[in-house]
Amino acid sequence: MLSKRILACLDVRDGKLAKSVKFVNTQDIGDPVPAARRYYEAGIDELVFYDITASSENRGILLEVVSAVAAQVFIPFSVGGGLRTVADCSRVLLAGAEKVNVNTAAVKNPPLIAEASRAFGAQAVVLSMDVLRVPASPALPSGYEIVVNGGRTRTGLDAVEWAKRGEALGAGEIVVNSIDSDGTRQGYELALTRRIAEAVTVPVIASGGGGTPEHLYAVLTEGRADAALVASMLHFGEYTVQQIKTSLHERGLKMRMV
Amino acid sequence: MVTIIDYDAGNLTSVKRALDHLAVASTITADPAQVRSAERLIFPGVGQARAAMDVLRARGLDGALREAYARGTPILGICIGCQIVLTHSEEDDTPCLGLIEGECVRFRPGDPALKVPHMGWNAVTVTRPHPVLAGVQPGDEFYFVHSYYPRPREPQCICAVAEHGVTFPAAIGRRNFFAAQFHLEKSGPVGLSVLRNFAEWDGAGC
Repeated sequence: MLSKRILACLDVRDGKLAKSVKFVNTQDIGDPVPAARRYYEAGIDELVFYDITASSENRGILLEVVSAVAAQVFIPFSVGGGLRTVADCSRVLLAGAEKVNVNTAAVKNPPLIAEASRAFGAQAVVLSMDVLRVPASPALPSGYEIVVNGGRTRTGLDAVEWAKRGEALGAGEIVVNSIDSDGTRQGYELALTRRIAEAVTVPVIASGGGGTPEHLYAVLTEGRADAALVASMLHFGEYTVQQIKTSLHERGLKMRMV
Repeated sequence: MVTIIDYDAGNLTSVKRALDHLAVASTITADPAQVRSAERLIFPGVGQARAAMDVLRARGLDGALREAYARGTPILGICIGCQIVLTHSEEDDTPCLGLIEGECVRFRPGDPALKVPHMGWNAVTVTRPHPVLAGVQPGDEFYFVHSYYPRPREPQCICAVAEHGVTFPAAIGRRNFFAAQFHLEKSGPVGLSVLRNFAEWDGAGC
């Protein structure tokens, strides 16, 4: 039986952590490579690097980060942010990432999912979607809409329909990030996560709102997620990977305990 | 020196990085002559059976691998390298290398909650002790990504099993060949320890 996975998300800008990460006995590390290694050593199941570099001339720095992480971290990790073409995806995979995350570029150009899936296999292509709660309507029957550009632009795409389409195009996993819950640390959007998890057969990773182990428990059970993505609850040093996993394990979830 | 067989199969560099981390010297090659004369071989891979077999044949690596196996070279298969060593794969009805008799079959879970591909961390139980699996404890988890699994004809070729709706062989071995369906190079410290065991294995298995 598969274990439920905990993924740590690190935002990277110009090769540095966009938000500093605090560890027990260590303060504010700006370099993503040692941060990744510490989470790996603490028993995180997977890592996600999200590149929020604004200028294209600094994008090459990310590949150096990916390559340095791959030399020290021996668990799967994915890279997202600014990947627009199969060639962009190929570069981060060759640098050592297991998977690519596509989001805005996939909405603008859905064949990107199919092309990347054919080139690298479905297991390497993660469709990440930012979702906003809206009034249900004939155009948006689920009451959830896909937004892009960091949540600023509405697309008119229904989130459940887009998830199904992404799977049909060849995405091997889907990250469901609730814009409404993101940053609130008040819990994941359970109804949304469950709607998506029941609509597709690929693994679903819940994102946005995780603040306590209880929130993870709820989304991994009631929300039917296969995995949960965490950021600030780890980065601020409030919880360790071990504490989160032990708490979920004690409540009966199968976790990889290291 | 570990020789990693290059047949355009994805995780070559991940395996190389893991060996570098363990300070085990390695080289990547697509040259059949180098495969024949290798001291130790890794046959990695991510991908589809048919495409993998096509590339192996086009490069003359299928024959080289069979010769190395016959000579007693210690060989480690990973993922698709644990599948296409059997006689046949259900994936695209593909005739395979036949180092071990048996077939590679697809997961067909009755429970819709069990997803295919089987992707993520799962516990591996050693069913027959093998030098490459030395130190693996009950409950140790490894990272899997696959839709098909190996089913050797001889049950004694099964070294470890895992559970995904069905109990399936997670590691198989015969003589100087050992293969894991899971990704040693992405399974954290326990995966690296199995990789190190292989680097020190004399090829005398079962």
